[in-house]
Amino acid sequence: MIEALVFYMFAIVCVVSGVLVVTRRNPVHSVLFLILAFFNAGGLFVLAGAEFLAMLLVVVYVGAVAVLFMFVVMMLDVTVTELKQGFSNYLPIGLLVVAIFAGEILAASIAWQAAPEAAANLQAATPDPAEVHNTAALGALIYTKYAYLFQAAGLILLVAMIGAIVLTHRKRRDSKKQVIADQLARDAKEAVVLKKVETGRGI
Amino acid sequence: MVELWDNYLWPLIWIVIKILVIVVPILLAVAYLTYAERKVIGAMHLRKGPNVVGPFGLLQPLADGAKLFLKETIIPSSANRAVFLVAPMLTFFLALVAWAVIPFGEGLVLADINVGLLYLFAISSLGVYGVLMAGWASNSKYAFLGALRSAAQMVSYEVSMGFVIISVLICVGSLNLTAVVEAQRDMWFVIPLLPMAVVFFISTLAETNRHPFDLPEAEAELVAGYNVEYSAMTFALFFLGEYANMILMCAMTTILFLGGWLPPLDIAPFNLIPGPVWFALKISALLFIFIWVRASFPRYRYDQLMRLGWKVFLPLSLAAVVIVSGVLVAFDMVPNAAAAG
Repeated sequence: MIEALVFYMFAIVCVVSGVLVVTRRNPVHSVLFLILAFFNAGGLFVLAGAEFLAMLLVVVYVGAVAVLFMFVVMMLDVTVTELKQGFSNYLPIGLLVVAIFAGEILAASIAWQAAPEAAANLQAATPDPAEVHNTAALGALIYTKYAYLFQAAGLILLVAMIGAIVLTHRKRRDSKKQVIADQLARDAKEAVVLKKVETGRGI
Repeated sequence: MVELWDNYLWPLIWIVIKILVIVVPILLAVAYLTYAERKVIGAMHLRKGPNVVGPFGLLQPLADGAKLFLKETIIPSSANRAVFLVAPMLTFFLALVAWAVIPFGEGLVLADINVGLLYLFAISSLGVYGVLMAGWASNSKYAFLGALRSAAQMVSYEVSMGFVIISVLICVGSLNLTAVVEAQRDMWFVIPLLPMAVVFFISTLAETNRHPFDLPEAEAELVAGYNVEYSAMTFALFFLGEYANMILMCAMTTILFLGGWLPPLDIAPFNLIPGPVWFALKISALLFIFIWVRASFPRYRYDQLMRLGWKVFLPLSLAAVVIVSGVLVAFDMVPNAAAAG
């Protein structure tokens, strides 16, 4: 019973904050509600018994991805009036897109059937949750049966990262860099010169 | 009525009592950590430190608390009110909620969950939001610059912390914190994983924005960083959260590397002392080093801080993950190999 109450709490907060992400005028508030939605989705994962995924959701999406989002959005200087401009111009096309998507989702969810041979195509049997902890089960699957796919996903992310760096990086000639090796290689004998200065003369 | 009491109210009251038993000592510890910090730094500077309020100045933290409580809370007129007020609450809340999974002794833990280590990591990665929200909502450039610095710093050092946690995790074979401590019964992980312990400790310094990495609060350049605009209780919540986080990070280091509640040697005079006392002693020793570092080291420059995080700690901890797992596999010492299938 308590579990049901907790489920409704997480679910309601998740949906409401999802709606608020879209409706808030202030982009920073939107990101904050997005984070709240992520967090509550994590709570739902815990209730479903997938605590590893829940923690991963919080660490990766809330702890890393959303921080970068927040960084960018905070730097933007968007005013509300600017955002409001052209709202009526884009309304018809927006509604059209919404209608198409809604229709497709509806059609798919009504007509969707799992292929009868899908269960046989699984590469590995789903382990019994009572025997294997879900972290271990996930690890065993990812690093054995699906190792190549996992590596490929990693490579794709690496390519995206390098692409972003290549696109934005520009070499600056005037920036002064600290070369630690040079500093450590310095010697007191070469760096400091002791001079006996006569009073009132200067060097 | 009896059913309602047995099924709902009593469990609820019982859990609230358990939470209070954890939270109240932590808040007291936070109060006296500030006192200890002032006394220790005073001693290192050849000063006396607080010595007026009460015997040896022992009531000083309470006086400071009363002062902050009675002051007026000022909300800047151009601040974003809701976010401005939520930020300190979030910081304080996150600093306390992480304690739910910390084992204080054998079986002395509020929630003994399977993924305790990940939970701690997740909660500590959320800490950056309190700072970012405070900096943005204050609508002041000093606060904003402090928040940006702090966010970049916390995100950078979290990466190497994560890899250190992974190398410990490989040695344990479980994400449960009690299992992590139990795995150190024969030898504390600080001995085989000493370089990682050092990396982790320095990363916790950066993660809690402490000296020598306290750039977000660099008073010479940024006045006081992200919390310039805060006053009275809103400031106090940041302050309490920050110090509670310090204790939490030391507790984490203790559990990962110093054997949690286990005595250093499992022989007569040592194992008679109860586990929670050992746990508290180890945390106190680490906190002393935190304060010692503050009194001894100059502040890092920002580019040096980033260099240390990304170019030194990240390769080092990545290499450690590879070496540790390589050694464990080569000598056939992988724990829980059967469970992983």
